[in-house]
Amino acid sequence: MSVSILAGSEAERRLLPGGTLRGPTPYVIAIMTFAMMIVAAAGLALANAAGIVAGAVEHRYVLQLPDGSDAKVQSALRAVRSVPAVTAVEAVPQAEMRQTLEKWIGPGGLGRELPVPALLHLELAPGANADAVGATLTRANPGARFIADQATVQPLLGSLRALRWLAVALVLLMAAATSAAVVLAARGALDTHRPTIEIMHGIGATDQQVALLFQRKIALDALVGALAGGAAAALALLLIAGGRLALASDLTGGPPLGVVDLVLLALLPVAAVVLATLVARFAVLSALHKVI
Amino acid sequence: MARQRAHATSGKTRRAGPLSAIVEFESVGLRYGTGAEVLCDLDFRLAKGGFYFLTGPSGAGKTSLLQLLYLARRPSRGRIQLFGQDLTDAPRDILPDYRRRIGVVFQDFRLIRHLSAFDNVALPLRISGRSDAEIEGPVREMLAWVGLADRASARPPTLSGGEQQRVAIARAVISQPELLVADEPTGNVDADMAVRLLHLFTALNRLGTTIVVATHDIGLISRTPGAQLIRLEKGSVTDPTGGLKNPPIGLASTL
Repeated sequence: MSVSILAGSEAERRLLPGGTLRGPTPYVIAIMTFAMMIVAAAGLALANAAGIVAGAVEHRYVLQLPDGSDAKVQSALRAVRSVPAVTAVEAVPQAEMRQTLEKWIGPGGLGRELPVPALLHLELAPGANADAVGATLTRANPGARFIADQATVQPLLGSLRALRWLAVALVLLMAAATSAAVVLAARGALDTHRPTIEIMHGIGATDQQVALLFQRKIALDALVGALAGGAAAALALLLIAGGRLALASDLTGGPPLGVVDLVLLALLPVAAVVLATLVARFAVLSALHKVI
Repeated sequence: MARQRAHATSGKTRRAGPLSAIVEFESVGLRYGTGAEVLCDLDFRLAKGGFYFLTGPSGAGKTSLLQLLYLARRPSRGRIQLFGQDLTDAPRDILPDYRRRIGVVFQDFRLIRHLSAFDNVALPLRISGRSDAEIEGPVREMLAWVGLADRASARPPTLSGGEQQRVAIARAVISQPELLVADEPTGNVDADMAVRLLHLFTALNRLGTTIVVATHDIGLISRTPGAQLIRLEKGSVTDPTGGLKNPPIGLASTL
């Protein structure tokens, strides 16, 4: 009977009447799958954005000169170009520096007597010893500061990573909520069909045979719910990605989700069905163990 | 069937005693919750292939005793052996195998309301793993035997009490159990059907099935001269002849 129950013969389907979509299970699983996919997509997009930002600034540094006079800048540029590990260097134009500073201290704040600092953007070769380069440059340019771009964007990266873990936590919480809903549904179904179960037990059915009936029923409900929720989430993600709301895409200049991400998202409804089926089996077997 | 035939053949030469007991109760007591014992100090053996009537006034504990017999309850104390195995504290995982060797006719029929008469009768065979092809013939035959061939697709709520009882009996005997336990099996059928059911039980008994029938029907008991009587009063079995403690020799072949 076990094998045929898995196959779900007509006779065995008749044992537990009530078709799919009769109870709340498919709707709960549809909503949970939708929410899980959206949150997971957001988490993956944030993770991608964090990765791209971190990768972009990985070898980039800034040399800050407190005195941005032309002579000092030229001297610093020479010192920088003499370091073999530096693959590129670019000085921020004085006009641009003034324009930026005026936003903070006002148009009249920068007199001729007030020195405007200078910024040199550097790119180091992969594997270069940044500490050694920084020590060389600060020695050659007293008062200068050598700062990694990664340190500057660290707060942003930290926020993106925190949001990614928040998304993971939310997905896990929703999976737990789905499991709880399935447990309730399984217990409800057990109560509804208690007379049938007692009769089946009385004439020699094993717990596994009874559990398979419920497992199959809840798996079908979960499949319908997960497909509906997954399709709705896919549509929503398509609309978001197609519109101007792709923040991560704007930040990184590329698609927010890669192929692997899309595969992971597509697996979420499958995972929801497997989870619901296993939880239903566990819940039914646990409940059956309480009877003789 | 081979097992049944072997059983019947051996029944003719069987000598009753501890080795041929199919059921053995030893100091068995049963209480529900913290209440008083509804069954106390039950000590008896039922011989393989025997035919037993369980009688006693209402409330004497007949249904409770039958529930112990068909493994729906565990005793509060004492020891129960079925089919030569001590099942008092047996793990619940092994109980289904033993339940499949027992046919039960419940007093309240316990048919599955949303299944047809055919599916209800077929259920024990399906549970034991028979295919639809193997099920079709025996179930149709059994339904014809109990006079319900034309009601195979009817659901229990549309059947009369007597028809439901016949479906319940057909379900209990379809897998040719080694032990058949029936609680008031003729309570809702007319006299003719009662006689036919008794003949069915007798025929099963001849094939080696041990029969235990709880009944108030004196007529039924009087039509079965070789049967042993188990009288239950206030939760205790009275056994004045000692036939239940030590079943008489050759009991199985007396019917």
